[in-house]
Formats: sequence, C-alpha cells, structure tokens
Amino acid sequence: MKKHLPAFLLAIVLLLAWQGIAMLIDAAYILPSPVQIVVRLWELREPLFLVHLPATMRVTGIGLLISIVLGIGLAVLMDSNEKIERALYPVIVASQTIPTTAIAPLFILWFGYTIWSKVLVTILITFFPIAITVFDGFKATKREMEELLLTYGATKKDVFIKLKLPTALPNFFSAIKMAIPMSVIGAAIAEWLGAQEGLGYFSKRMMTQLDGAGVFAPIVLLSFVAMLAVGIVTVLEKKCIKWRKEI
Amino acid sequence: MLQFENVSFQYPQDDVPMMTNVCFHIEKGSFVSVIGASGCGKSTLFRLINGLEQLQTGQIKIDNIPIQQLKQYSAFMPQKDLLFPWRTITQNICLPMELAGVSKTEQQKRCQEVLEQVGLFDYAKKYPKDLSGGMKQRVAFARTLLAGADLLLLDEPFSALDYLTKVDMQEWLLQQWEHYQKTILFITHDVEEAIFLSKQIFVIQDRPFSEMECVEIPLCYPRNRADLKRADIVELKEKLIQKLRKGVTI
Repeated sequence: MKKHLPAFLLAIVLLLAWQGIAMLIDAAYILPSPVQIVVRLWELREPLFLVHLPATMRVTGIGLLISIVLGIGLAVLMDSNEKIERALYPVIVASQTIPTTAIAPLFILWFGYTIWSKVLVTILITFFPIAITVFDGFKATKREMEELLLTYGATKKDVFIKLKLPTALPNFFSAIKMAIPMSVIGAAIAEWLGAQEGLGYFSKRMMTQLDGAGVFAPIVLLSFVAMLAVGIVTVLEKKCIKWRKEI
Repeated sequence: MLQFENVSFQYPQDDVPMMTNVCFHIEKGSFVSVIGASGCGKSTLFRLINGLEQLQTGQIKIDNIPIQQLKQYSAFMPQKDLLFPWRTITQNICLPMELAGVSKTEQQKRCQEVLEQVGLFDYAKKYPKDLSGGMKQRVAFARTLLAGADLLLLDEPFSALDYLTKVDMQEWLLQQWEHYQKTILFITHDVEEAIFLSKQIFVIQDRPFSEMECVEIPLCYPRNRADLKRADIVELKEKLIQKLRKGVTI
C-alpha cells in the first residue's frame, strides 16, 4: 500500500486541481468537473452498464483474443525460419504506419455497422505489440541453454516447448498488459467512427448534445475497466512467473 | 572408451584451424583433465564430442563405434549451471530423461536416488533461485549424471565458484566419480585443480594443435589435499604453469 501512496496522492492533487479549474470556468459543456462526471455516470448507469459497456467489451474481448492468436502465430512463424522473419517483419511494421482513424471508415464500408468492422480496428492496433514482444521473447532464449538441450538429443519442437515458450512467457504478459489499453482505445475509436452502440458511440452522442459530463462518463468507465483488466493480468503474471528476474 | 582419430577442425570465420590430425584416447573409468590457454581449443574438443560442431575430417569413436551412429553417449556440464528457473530442482534433473522418453515413475525413482547421493534430497521441490552457487552446480552435475551416458564432459564447472566452495566441490566430485564409475573429461584453467582431480592431464600448447602432451599424475585415489604440497607435485605444477605461460600472449 505504501508503495502506491505517491501515485495516490498525485491523483488526488490532480483531481482537486481539475475540480478547482472546472469550478472557476463554470461551463460544464467545456470542462465538466470530476464531481459532475461521477454524478452523470450514476444518472446514466443503466444505458452505460447494461448496453454500451457490454457492447464495447465484446469488441475488445473478441479483438484481443484474435490478436493474441494472430500475434503469437506470427511470432512463432518468424522464429521458425529466418526467411519468413525477413519477409514478415517489415510488413508487420508497415501495418503500424497506417493511421487507424483513416482506415477505419474503410472497414465500415466493408463490414457495415456490424461488430467486425470494430473488431478489425482493434486487431490492427493490438496484434503488433503482441507479435513483436513475443517474438523478442523467443529471440531472448539463451543459446547455451538451447545447446545444452541439443546435447540431450532434443528436437526443434522440444527446444520450442521446453525452452522458448517459458522464456517468452514474461514477454507474453508484458504484451498483454500493453495490448489491453490499446484494444480498448481501438474499440472506442471504431465506435466513434461508426456504430450503433458502445461507449465510444455513446460518448460521441453526448458530444452532439453538448453534454460535457456525458462525454467524459464513458471515457472514465473505459479507463477504469482497462486498469482493472491490466491489474488482473499483473496478479496472474506474478502467480505464473515468480522466476522472472532469474532469466 | 573415447578415441580421436586424425581429427581436424576449423571454424568457418577463423583463418587458422583449431586442430589438425589430432589423435588420442581415453581409458574407460578414467578422470582426464585438459588444460590450455584461453582460445586454444579445449571447448571445441567438447563441442566435437557432443555433436554441437560437425566433424570435418577424421573420426571420433566411443568403444570403437563412430559417434554419428550413437545416441546419448556423452553428457555435457557447462561452466554455468544453466538450470531452468521455471523448473523445480526435480524437474531440472529429470530434463534429459524427459527428452529420452524415460517413463515418469522411472524418472522419479532415479531422481530421488541421485538427489540423495548429491545431498540435496530436501531441495527436490525448491527452485534454482533458492540454492547457493555450489548447490546449483551439484544439481547441474546430477542432471548430467541422469543423461544416462558413461562419458561426462565437464567444462570448467567450478570456475565461477568462490575458493572454499570450489575446494569442497572438487572433493565432492571425486567421491561422485568413485561412486558412479563414470569416465570424466574435465576442462580447466586451474593447474592445481587439474592435478588434484585427474589421473592424466592433457596439455594444449599451440594453435592449431596436433598433439596434446599427456602428463600422468603420480598420486593415487582417494586423494588428499596435503599431497599437493609434496615436492614432486609442486615441481610438476610449476612445470605445467610454465608450459601454459608459453602459449599466452599478453
């Protein structure tokens, strides 16, 4: 608890400053105060928690799941063969130079307002950190350990399962912790650009009504959910890899 | 037991070969050390024996059979313990048996026996991070033993340990060697360590080398550290150090 005290104190100071400035400006459609946002969150609890949060979580969840499978798959492929690595790596990096907000309307054109246009945006944003970080994890395998396994008669598959996978596990958790907030951002951006439900869509609707606190309420909710998910993954990580510092 | 017949080897990136037409043999059950300056090719000998480097010319045989036709004929113990931090001590020791397809019950049985023998029975479920440097090397030795080979290749296994632990480990290794009756080929920089442990010492002086001088150690087993102070042993040690210094350029 003591460890988190500085962050907690800083958050309190920032919130107090925000509250003070908002009260000074006194125009909720420009800058709503934290108290106004919490009140609005409570007033809008039914549509937010029962309709829009589940919609965004569906996009985030499906997108993240596909990204994990795709990211790990690409990392394994690149690790298996140097030629594949040389072919794939630049393409993967190039995919990240595409501005998401520019390409998302194209996905809506292809898939309409279905969940898949938004899932695709989420995948585009999140598969990259997963693929690259897990691939780096495979590359971090100690050559001496690999050679030791070979002297025991290990096959390529044995080396992968018994050495490379456990070595890359800390990287996998880092990748997931990076990907969770990015997937939430991806889903929200996609919903902003074209959707009929979801927290991004809801935030945009509130914007058209000049409801400043209403714009912020779903954003606060999104941040909270992302932080909670990262927290859960961190706990899991600590349980799974107590040996992280030993590599 | 182990025979080198006209073995030559050169790394592709090197201008000079490591060795040319090397011939030697090692008797079954012996303890032989190889000493030489850094980069003279000691570790390359091991890499050739355990198949990490491909033979270019010549033959390496174990009991008159070329190593290409054999499996699990040697077990390698490197300088670092290389224990897998995500595996318990038992799981680390069982690793070579897992790869060889030994049944789980047999793995557990052999592992318990060897853990008892190396004095680490109480640490079976611990992780490498819970062990001291000397204990980790003992686990690494146990893992090497259970690879199921009669020939053990130990590459400076105690060089990273502090002096007192190193002395303890040397005495411990001799006990294990006598108990398990394995053939040990031991690489070291430490002349005193080589004299204390070995029946014979092979000295590599040049690069490329084509023959290694074989020095017989006039001590019998079990060994006593006090023997190292005998006048003939001190003289032998000095002679060996002089030989090695000739090969070192500062």
